[in-house]
Amino acid sequence: MNDVVTVTGKSRSGDICSLSFDWDRTVEPGQFVMVWAPGMEEIPLSLSSVGDVKSITFRIIGKDTEALGTKETGDRLSIRGPYGRGYKVNDRKRTLVVGGGIGIAPVLPMMADGLDTALAARSAGELDFALPAADKATGKTWISTDDGSMGFCGNAVQLVKEILKEREYDEILACGPEIMLFFLHKFCVENGIKCQMSLERYMKCGCGICGSCMIDDKRVCADGPVFTCGEISGMKDFGHANRDPCGTRVLFR
Amino acid sequence: MDLRTSVGSLALDNPCILASGIMDETGEGMARVLRAGAAAVVSKSVGTGPNPGHANPNFIEEEAFCLNAMGLPNPGIKVYAEEMRTAVACGSVIGSVYASSPEEFAELAGCMEDYGACAVELNLSCPHAAGYGMEVGTDPHMVKRIVSVVKDAVSIPVWAKLTPNTHILKDIGKAVEEAGGDAIVAINTLRAMKIIPEFGRPFLSNRFGGLSGSAIRPVGVRAVYDLYSTVTIPIVGVGGICSHRDALEYIMAGASAVQIGTAVLKGLDVFSKVNEGLRDFMREYGYPSVKDMVGVAHE
Repeated sequence: MNDVVTVTGKSRSGDICSLSFDWDRTVEPGQFVMVWAPGMEEIPLSLSSVGDVKSITFRIIGKDTEALGTKETGDRLSIRGPYGRGYKVNDRKRTLVVGGGIGIAPVLPMMADGLDTALAARSAGELDFALPAADKATGKTWISTDDGSMGFCGNAVQLVKEILKEREYDEILACGPEIMLFFLHKFCVENGIKCQMSLERYMKCGCGICGSCMIDDKRVCADGPVFTCGEISGMKDFGHANRDPCGTRVLFR
Repeated sequence: MDLRTSVGSLALDNPCILASGIMDETGEGMARVLRAGAAAVVSKSVGTGPNPGHANPNFIEEEAFCLNAMGLPNPGIKVYAEEMRTAVACGSVIGSVYASSPEEFAELAGCMEDYGACAVELNLSCPHAAGYGMEVGTDPHMVKRIVSVVKDAVSIPVWAKLTPNTHILKDIGKAVEEAGGDAIVAINTLRAMKIIPEFGRPFLSNRFGGLSGSAIRPVGVRAVYDLYSTVTIPIVGVGGICSHRDALEYIMAGASAVQIGTAVLKGLDVFSKVNEGLRDFMREYGYPSVKDMVGVAHE
């Protein structure tokens, strides 16, 4: 079922764009929608705010995100969803949220909800979109950049290691590039920390029918996109291979 | 209560098969559906080379139906060997193939046989792929040629999946039978369209797609009923089956087995639930075996 929503707000910093809209559906952090407007292909995007006003935040990386980035207040979007399984917060005080790059967008609702959050990006400019929300956060926040232009100098996994020197957490809820998640997952397993991670694959139907987004025998759209540490441990394609639109298994380099 | 049935020489532990196009692009996807209780799975329709299918959007679901124009995405028959290997290790896999000529169909069917498929299903019915599917499957002469050339090329059973988008379904069914086809699968999706009023244009990138789900069940049941009164080869019923009562409609119309597709949207437990429901129904209404219910609506 699709809803047609009207864009009520837009912000853009560098190649990262946010569109907000009123949408009367209950959404859990980590769930996603299929977004479309004429002139682009329909794409999956996790919601970056899940209150009465919803938002999507995306990096402009190709023709579809470019077309979506031209939308202005008053323009309309087709939204299908919300789909999938989001994050489950078990113990608010003992949970650390970690977002890397544009993977910060799906974890923003949890930062806004007061959970302690670590944000990592390649450089300061890529964090601009998240700073207003980080300023308002009531939980602790940490920032790192690969080039040291803001916060701790290092990647997300290095930042998490620093944080854990001072504080204890039982569970990490993360989203980011698969390479980051791969090493973060490895770290969690080695250190006995639970985790939930939002994964990504090429999607078509978005709701568990077509089988194009499989990782091993899991459908990212319907069984995920958020998977538990144990589920991820059992995935031989995690960090190793994905599927192209034909369904051909393609190895990561 | 005996849930076992057979489609010609192919014996099945229960009458529920996964329909083509659902979670079957990968071997592990098919394996999971077999573990969920399907007696067999039909693979994604596979062609000679890799095909990304139609651009998104190519799917939308509503309360009573789904509409899709996937456009036969598949990695190509050569690469698909790996997916078949994984799936065949877990149970019975029917290899679905699509092609534009009898010779191409035969070549693909031969590969599926080599990969260990227990039967081959010819896609003569996809409503949204130019030059394929229903475009070759609505001409009885063409259907007869395709089935007959494939029959000569393989030794596994050959099933023909037919389209409801025709007024000569019975003629096409007869053509399958005359060519030596082992079973008819009916129906594929109905050619359909959805328009988004706010945008003033069709939702699917391909504009047209195929309608599936509960909304098409009466059309499928009628088609199976018509075919059962026309041919003597077994029929596999498919189209909008969500519950055991839906499956019973098809079986009583003349289907020896059924396929379930769109209902997977609500959960993979649909296979075990339908089988459980069938068992209870048979106990209550005094049918010792699924086979005793096939075609009873004609009596």
